[in-house]
Amino acid sequence: MTTYESILHPKSLVDQLVKNDVTHVVWLPDSETNFLYELMNDTPTLDLIPVCREGETMAVAAGLWVGGKKPVVLIQNTGIFESGDSIRGLGLDINQPLVMLIGYRGWSRRGPTPDSAAVYIEHHLHTWGINYYLIESDADADRISIAIEEAYRTNKPVGVLVGTEFGSD
Amino acid sequence: MINNTEAVKLLNSKRENSVIVATMNAGNARFGLPTVSSNDSLDVPLSGAMGKAGNFALGVALANPDRKVMCLDGDGSLLMNLGTMVTVANKAVKNMYHFVFDNGAYCVTGGQPVPGAGIVDWKAMGDAAGYAATFSFENLEDLVTGIDEVFAAEGPVFIRLAVDKEIENTPVQFRERPRRTMKDAIIELPKALS
Repeated sequence: MTTYESILHPKSLVDQLVKNDVTHVVWLPDSETNFLYELMNDTPTLDLIPVCREGETMAVAAGLWVGGKKPVVLIQNTGIFESGDSIRGLGLDINQPLVMLIGYRGWSRRGPTPDSAAVYIEHHLHTWGINYYLIESDADADRISIAIEEAYRTNKPVGVLVGTEFGSD
Repeated sequence: MINNTEAVKLLNSKRENSVIVATMNAGNARFGLPTVSSNDSLDVPLSGAMGKAGNFALGVALANPDRKVMCLDGDGSLLMNLGTMVTVANKAVKNMYHFVFDNGAYCVTGGQPVPGAGIVDWKAMGDAAGYAATFSFENLEDLVTGIDEVFAAEGPVFIRLAVDKEIENTPVQFRERPRRTMKDAIIELPKALS
């Protein structure tokens, strides 16, 4: 039987951002990211940009990107549903290499998934033609690097679904 | 009331090396910024996500702190995304100048009134959101007199301009198309900034 470390520590995610020279995290907190927030705040190379509504994130990121910076977006899956016109107009239409870290609220490998936020999110990304990766533990964290590389190679938004709560460091 | 073209002409004359993000009537192909711009490689005719011009301008301003960034917003578009005022003010970007062209109407769809037309106090909203300075101008003479004070202020600055309604009633497919698109700007702006 294979065993593995099933916790996703915030440091694993932040290490990936730092390693890939990410400059800004445009974000709106979700229910699972408080430890991550504290760590990002303490990381001098990352500038956090809080927004009031998730659809703002793609637009702020577009301005940063065209201005020469390397942002990512960090929101919950519910925020993706709210952000449709921004993803279309300021992500896909302008070929923004936008990595969206998406809290996968409702995701579970065990039993049914009654939360419609989880039920619909992958269908939603498929509809947009947005490729995505799932991370659930520290062992998956390098998929963030894969997503960033893919976004800049294809000039398209790429999703990273964060399918677990962050542990504390 | 301020004529739309006179407003963008005056702002363009004060731009120096500013980036100007213009949307709705301020970016109109017949009477907006494209008709008067002296450096369109630094213009962003923002379309594609109504209400997000301020957010895009914030990103450009954060990425280029030594360069002024003007956002020429519409009242209808800003009403779609009022939270952006708080988002901008919260980042305290010293180089951002957020203008709202207040004509009280959705001019590109035939002139229907926006919610709160004639009631909303935009300057008070800018103050309440936390902008470092706010201004409101009712006529061109006052704008001409006061514009240097606007650009002397440290940002983020919020400026409400009472502008004429210039209503589009021509069917969309027959309207004049902008010479430069958002996609053009996305390709050209990084080169212009460097």
